[in-house]
Amino acid sequence: MFEAIMLSVIAASTPLLLAAAGELVAERSGVLNLGLEGMMIMGAACAFAGAYLAGSVVVGALCGVLAGTAMAAIFAIFTLGLAVNQVASGLALTILGTGLSGLIGAGFVGQRITPAPQLHLPVLTDLPLVGRILFGQDAFVYLSVALVIGIWLFLYRSRAGLVLRAVGDNHTSAHALGYPVLKIRALAVLFGGGCAGLAGAFLPLAYTPFFIPGMTAGRGWIALALVVFASWRPGRLVAGAYLFGAVSILQLHAQALGLGIPSQLMSSLPYLATVIVLVLISRTRGIAGSAAPASLGVVFVPDR
Amino acid sequence: MPLVLERRSERSATIAIASPLIAVALTLVTMAVLFAILGKNPVEALDVYFLEPLTDPYSLGEIAVKATPLVMIAVGLSLCYIANIWNIGAEGQFIVGAVAGSWLAVRTNGTDVGHWVLPAMLLLGALGGALYALIPAICKVRFGASEILTSLMLVYVANFGMDYLVRGPWRDPHGMNFPTTAEFDPVATVPTLIEGGRLHAGAIIALLVVMAATVLLGRTIMGFEIRLVGAAPKAARFSGFNADKLTLFTFAVSGALAGLAGIIEVAGPVGHLQPDISPGYGFTAIIVAFLGRLNPVGILIAGLFLALTFIGGENAEIAIKVPLDLTKVFQGILLFYVLACDSMIIYRIRFIRTLRKPAHANV
Amino acid sequence: MKKWNIIAMAAVLAIATATFGASYAAEKLKIGFIYTGPIGDLGWSYQHDVGRKAMEKALAGKVETTYLENVPEGPDAERSIEQLARTGHKLIFTTSFGFMDPTLKVANKYPNVFFEHATGFKRAKNVATYAARFYEGRYIQGQIAAKISKTGVFGYIVSFPIPEVISNINATMLGAQSVNPNMKVKIIWVNSWFDPGKEADAAKALIDQGVDVLTQHTDSPAAMQIAEQRGIHAFGQSSNMIKFGPHAQLTADTDYWGDYYTKRAQAVLDGKWTSEDTWGGLDSGMVVMAPYTNMPDDVKKMAMDTQAAITSGALHPFKCPITDQDGKTVECKGGDHLDPGQILSMNFYVKGIDDKIPGK
Repeated sequence: MFEAIMLSVIAASTPLLLAAAGELVAERSGVLNLGLEGMMIMGAACAFAGAYLAGSVVVGALCGVLAGTAMAAIFAIFTLGLAVNQVASGLALTILGTGLSGLIGAGFVGQRITPAPQLHLPVLTDLPLVGRILFGQDAFVYLSVALVIGIWLFLYRSRAGLVLRAVGDNHTSAHALGYPVLKIRALAVLFGGGCAGLAGAFLPLAYTPFFIPGMTAGRGWIALALVVFASWRPGRLVAGAYLFGAVSILQLHAQALGLGIPSQLMSSLPYLATVIVLVLISRTRGIAGSAAPASLGVVFVPDR
Repeated sequence: MPLVLERRSERSATIAIASPLIAVALTLVTMAVLFAILGKNPVEALDVYFLEPLTDPYSLGEIAVKATPLVMIAVGLSLCYIANIWNIGAEGQFIVGAVAGSWLAVRTNGTDVGHWVLPAMLLLGALGGALYALIPAICKVRFGASEILTSLMLVYVANFGMDYLVRGPWRDPHGMNFPTTAEFDPVATVPTLIEGGRLHAGAIIALLVVMAATVLLGRTIMGFEIRLVGAAPKAARFSGFNADKLTLFTFAVSGALAGLAGIIEVAGPVGHLQPDISPGYGFTAIIVAFLGRLNPVGILIAGLFLALTFIGGENAEIAIKVPLDLTKVFQGILLFYVLACDSMIIYRIRFIRTLRKPAHANV
Repeated sequence: MKKWNIIAMAAVLAIATATFGASYAAEKLKIGFIYTGPIGDLGWSYQHDVGRKAMEKALAGKVETTYLENVPEGPDAERSIEQLARTGHKLIFTTSFGFMDPTLKVANKYPNVFFEHATGFKRAKNVATYAARFYEGRYIQGQIAAKISKTGVFGYIVSFPIPEVISNINATMLGAQSVNPNMKVKIIWVNSWFDPGKEADAAKALIDQGVDVLTQHTDSPAAMQIAEQRGIHAFGQSSNMIKFGPHAQLTADTDYWGDYYTKRAQAVLDGKWTSEDTWGGLDSGMVVMAPYTNMPDDVKKMAMDTQAAITSGALHPFKCPITDQDGKTVECKGGDHLDPGQILSMNFYVKGIDDKIPGK
């Protein structure tokens, strides 16, 4: 039963991890994109449309990534190009994405596709207990792990990553040193959008193989909280994503076991947990300075 | 890049006035194009959306009913946003206010209480909303936790809490176990203003709130503090204004207004507490606040305009079979354009003919 | 200036044509439908829309329909219903319990418009109510589950603990107990009529805990799809979900509203509409069992026999004596079975269900 529960938890956590990973990069560069939910749901709608029309999950996933990136591009034009307030833009993006995805997806509701295939290696997948967990997942799960590793390497082991973090911590100094702050941020935001699109694509392509308007059901907002929960560090992001996924799955198991805890209390646990964690980690940031990138959310317009 | 953004030497007055109009015009054009893509007649569609609802008293009343909670919440939020304090949890404060006020209605339901019940409910609603809003405020002031995320997470918690109450302890014993409280007594209901219509006293309260906010921002020390902290935080700190107190104050006030809107909505148009009392008013109010440029009178106009789009959208669904999602698209686009045009007040776009590369551009 | 004149005239012309055209078409009976969910939910709202289309076809040329989907059960509902009434719709179907009070309020203002409220219990001179006796289908499902299940435990994914849901759970259990008195059930509340992600997770959790037959009172085919994936059996809900579970679906109790809608629209056309309470079941064709699939022939025969018995009235799912989970015998107000009022307000679990009803 442990194996079965772990599989459910991994499936529930993967979209959170994908979306949060992308947002982490964007926020590390100093941009707060609250439009995750909008980018994700657009990813879901376009991914399903693409997969249904082309008969291929890969095409669908690509469509999802493109959709997320396109939405992020809109965001980038306004916040980076026109120096518009990031919080308001993020909310506008969410509303726009939700509405647009409904329009695009309307024609596809009620259709079904073949879900993304899961890996099957001859001996390894059949190993007891860990076989399917490690070797029997679909491509999205492996991608999410590879993505986080890649982001970690990028941020901490590459020059480009160092520059990105510098831009996020102090954009004025970075600009003075000659780094193209806006370009770096734009790339980070676009990357975040692509990840969000992929996260959204996971839902109709692997999780539940049909499209329903609003199927992201607030996961984008949880992913935002995850980034803060993880103190903007990729390693902790994985732990946080699986924790959130676990809480949402375990509350269902508790119900099935007949434990008489009100379901609403269980459902609200992930959100309460986020608040508590936010408080706890913010308390410990005193000595080393702020855990957040110092220029997060601050508008930057290069002086001439 | 041949196009750059450049800070103006001073804010452009012409754009400041024209900006909302330009934004609306741009949105209408974009919407016309979208209608055409969807195969609908753009002129007819725009007419159904914006003009038709203005043509008869019923629709006008509905616009006011829809705008009332939006304006109230948005005015409160604007106080926060002017000071760069980001309360995103108005939806949760709305719900907690509704719950707090409803408690009294449920307690006194069926008994012969006097007319003090309704004002008491409103007071409880405001108080409940204020206290709930203080949670993220204290988390920020005491622990430095981001108020954006804490206030947002608490929205979900509030929703689940109310869901539990109406399905359990507060459920109407004569309601066949359906998840609503008993219908509120007449003394616990917000009175309507026009016979047969839905326009209720809440609209008047909303207007009073707008006036009070104008006075607060324009003529009180607190209002000055709010505006100063937003415009020049360092100067505000030098003047000795306490940023923490301001955070607590603005959160409490916006929470109170959201909570008040919540109980008025429940004790007015809805008439009882049930799981679905808000179609996202707390979030739509954020748009209204920005559309109204964080100015109370501007918010009043923006709230009415946005309510118009909601009503128009529903009419369009019936008259020309346009999906309701289009209204969301419209609102998103409108907000983007307004933000962009507002940005043009402070910045301008310039073409650069010769681009001199910075000395050490090696990325 | 001239350009603006032309544009203004064009606008006026367009508006005039539209209005003229609309009024000219008023010869047909305009019928409105309010759905709480999307018609693409492949469940509750979808089936109502199927009924609407069937009625449109049956009365082609005489009626014109409008539908509003995704109308939340709050204050906005009243406005949507009123909008339909104001725009010339003479018969309006409001298809969810939460529309009850808004429907009555609007009906009060428009005495010449007829309203039909699904699954409600308040009526008026121009407000009728209608619902389907889903519990009849549930009883059959319970019997099938008891025969098919090897673990002796079936799973139930449900939305909210309202009487209709509780009575359905009980009916399923009673049916199961008639075959296997020791049948057990595991219940998960997802607190929503429609949340495919959560329904899928609930299905997985139930299966992980040893359930091998699933049933649901929620609106999406997510659970069916998980059942198919995991190789167990499940029952579709509201609509035939065989497309999502070709090897999993045993049957589905589908709602069929087409005949009822046609009947009521015809009544308006004939001027004979009156306010009634209609509670149709297998006998009137409002509840239709999807074809029995993926089961051995003897189980299929048993199901069809039970179906015939319920349809003819020989068997009533809630036949007395009924014992609740605390051991008390429930008062029998309908002769030898519970009466409709008791079923509509059911607030207890029958013996054999170990969970407690949430919120009690």
